[in-house]
Amino acid sequence: MSETTTHIPDEKVRIGAPSIPGFTEEGEDLSPINDNDNSPLGGASTKAHSHGGGVETPDSSRAGRLTSTNVEDFAKLTGREEDWRFTPLKRLLGLHSEDLTGAAPKVELTGNDIAQLSVISAEDSLNGVAHTPDDRVSANAWKFASQTQVVTIPKNAEGANASLRITGESLVPAAQHLIIVAEENSEATVILDHVGSAVLAQNVEFDVRANARLTVVSLQAWEDDAVHASSQQAVVAQGASFKHIAVSFGGDLVRVNPSARFAGERAEIELYGLYFADAGQHLEHRLFVDHAVPNCKSNVLYKGALQGKDAHTVWVGDVLIQKAAVGTDSYEANRNLVLTDGARADSVPNLEIETGLIDGAGHASTTGRFDDEHLFYLMARGIDEKTARRLVVRGFLNEIVQQIGDEALQERLTETIEEELAATEN
Amino acid sequence: MSTLEIKDLHVSIETEQGEKEILKGVTLTINTGETHAIMGPNGSGKSTLASTIAGHPRYTVTSGSITLDGEDVLEMSVDERAKAGLFLAMQYPVEVPGVTMTNFLRTAKTAIDGEAPKLRTWTKDVKEAFSKLKIDADFAGRNVNEGFSGGEKKRVEILQLELFKPKFAILDETDSGLDVDALKIVSEGVNRAQDENEMGTLLITHYTRILRYIKPQFVHVFVDGHVAEQGGPELADRLEEEGYDRYLNVKA
Repeated sequence: MSETTTHIPDEKVRIGAPSIPGFTEEGEDLSPINDNDNSPLGGASTKAHSHGGGVETPDSSRAGRLTSTNVEDFAKLTGREEDWRFTPLKRLLGLHSEDLTGAAPKVELTGNDIAQLSVISAEDSLNGVAHTPDDRVSANAWKFASQTQVVTIPKNAEGANASLRITGESLVPAAQHLIIVAEENSEATVILDHVGSAVLAQNVEFDVRANARLTVVSLQAWEDDAVHASSQQAVVAQGASFKHIAVSFGGDLVRVNPSARFAGERAEIELYGLYFADAGQHLEHRLFVDHAVPNCKSNVLYKGALQGKDAHTVWVGDVLIQKAAVGTDSYEANRNLVLTDGARADSVPNLEIETGLIDGAGHASTTGRFDDEHLFYLMARGIDEKTARRLVVRGFLNEIVQQIGDEALQERLTETIEEELAATEN
Repeated sequence: MSTLEIKDLHVSIETEQGEKEILKGVTLTINTGETHAIMGPNGSGKSTLASTIAGHPRYTVTSGSITLDGEDVLEMSVDERAKAGLFLAMQYPVEVPGVTMTNFLRTAKTAIDGEAPKLRTWTKDVKEAFSKLKIDADFAGRNVNEGFSGGEKKRVEILQLELFKPKFAILDETDSGLDVDALKIVSEGVNRAQDENEMGTLLITHYTRILRYIKPQFVHVFVDGHVAEQGGPELADRLEEEGYDRYLNVKA
């Protein structure tokens, strides 16, 4: 039910004159292959179009992923690609193959008026500040998004609260492009609240500038027929902290790919997620944390519950600690709770470490069952079956809800979980 | 007074080799205020009886009856049995992910009583129960049985027994895996529950040592799925000296 993969490149090259092959005086030299300044994720080069990451980088490394704003650079999908192998392509309803000519979901900003919403053209140079598409759907969205909505948190702002209600009103495949800019030393919480019905390919950029503190909650509360593929990329500058919480409940197929890249030292990235898949739903989260610079910290925790026939969740967590990223402290974990037969949770943590000079790096993945013995125990104490399930799910997911820190938002999520539980029982 | 009545109970389980009969006609009557010890060698069906009374889905009753004050227990779901006043202290309490002890205890108490306990007295009751059973107060915030030692799990079972106040408690080898100190603490908890609630107790055990702390009026010896002999406390003393060989030899 679960799969664990730790990728360590096979090829080793000796540096210096070590007495043990594969070791230098600094410790084990795990990946000299990427030991060059042209790494496709090394600083400014990420923004240039790169194709396959060049010959020096093996495809098996996350650093070798093709990135391009041009959809034609990506081969047509077959479903056999590593990053699509779990996704039922037919249910993307053309997001990967068709022209995305539908109207983008409506965006409304509410909150405490500190954040500003503006619109820029697709030609504006701000586009791509933090983001380069790394799969075909994201590139297709890039091509067809006719404009970009930008939320700006001004420099030094405290307690900014911005809720973007993103309402889908049609099932014609559409593209959307959003940029959130947290200017220097600002502090903000931004909620992307996806509701309604849509077939949407979406790119969201987060430009987290020096010493900014940005919390983002991407809530996928779609109607049952929605299809949503969202690529959300952040670049996190020196001293900044970025907390991203993906919450997926609604929709037929939801695929959210949050990725975050350190661009300066002493920054922190936290990626949290919670999902609840019902019968027939496909909820996929593929995340990427790129430690490209020294002395940064990242923490990843995703928790999911599954219930009903053919409920399917996918979690793939790529963490790359590049050669330069000495002093990194990183941990990622995914925990799934399978509530009934017929549901499937795939969980694949990938940790690539290219330097031995780190403070810590770890990963964990567990997929547990709420089984007859748990149920018997709770029922033997007078608790009926429905209540027993709710008790367990609520408790299990609450760990993520508690991470949010914003009371109003926590309450809202607790309510959402309650609604989900109530809906599941009907 | 309440009465739990078991009549000619036959119980089977599904195995890979097909259906296997474990209980082969068990008859037993317990009244509130009474303590019955069920003793017997491993595999004699003691725990099957306990789980069947509580309604574990693994066990199929093929014939016979269990009634509580005339009400058909076998017709009740597992939670209905608990609400009717039956409590099983489990041999192997499971860890329940994501549910704190505090939340669990309150939810169960509410379900059993049919109304939420008064907050102030409930908090006090829980605190006292923790302290009497020498369970660290920090356990209240931990998930049910998660990371508890074997002895801690048994204490937490008795904690529930004291808080839920059932009419009948079935203790399924609660003594196994306990050191002398823990055995004493657990036994005192059972005795308190008996004193306070007129509880009837079905004490299932392999060993006689718990009978030094919890005194049964009746002892039933289980062999091969039925009661081979019954008597008073003196029967337990005899088992202490002779063991179960006598019964097993008879069978051979």
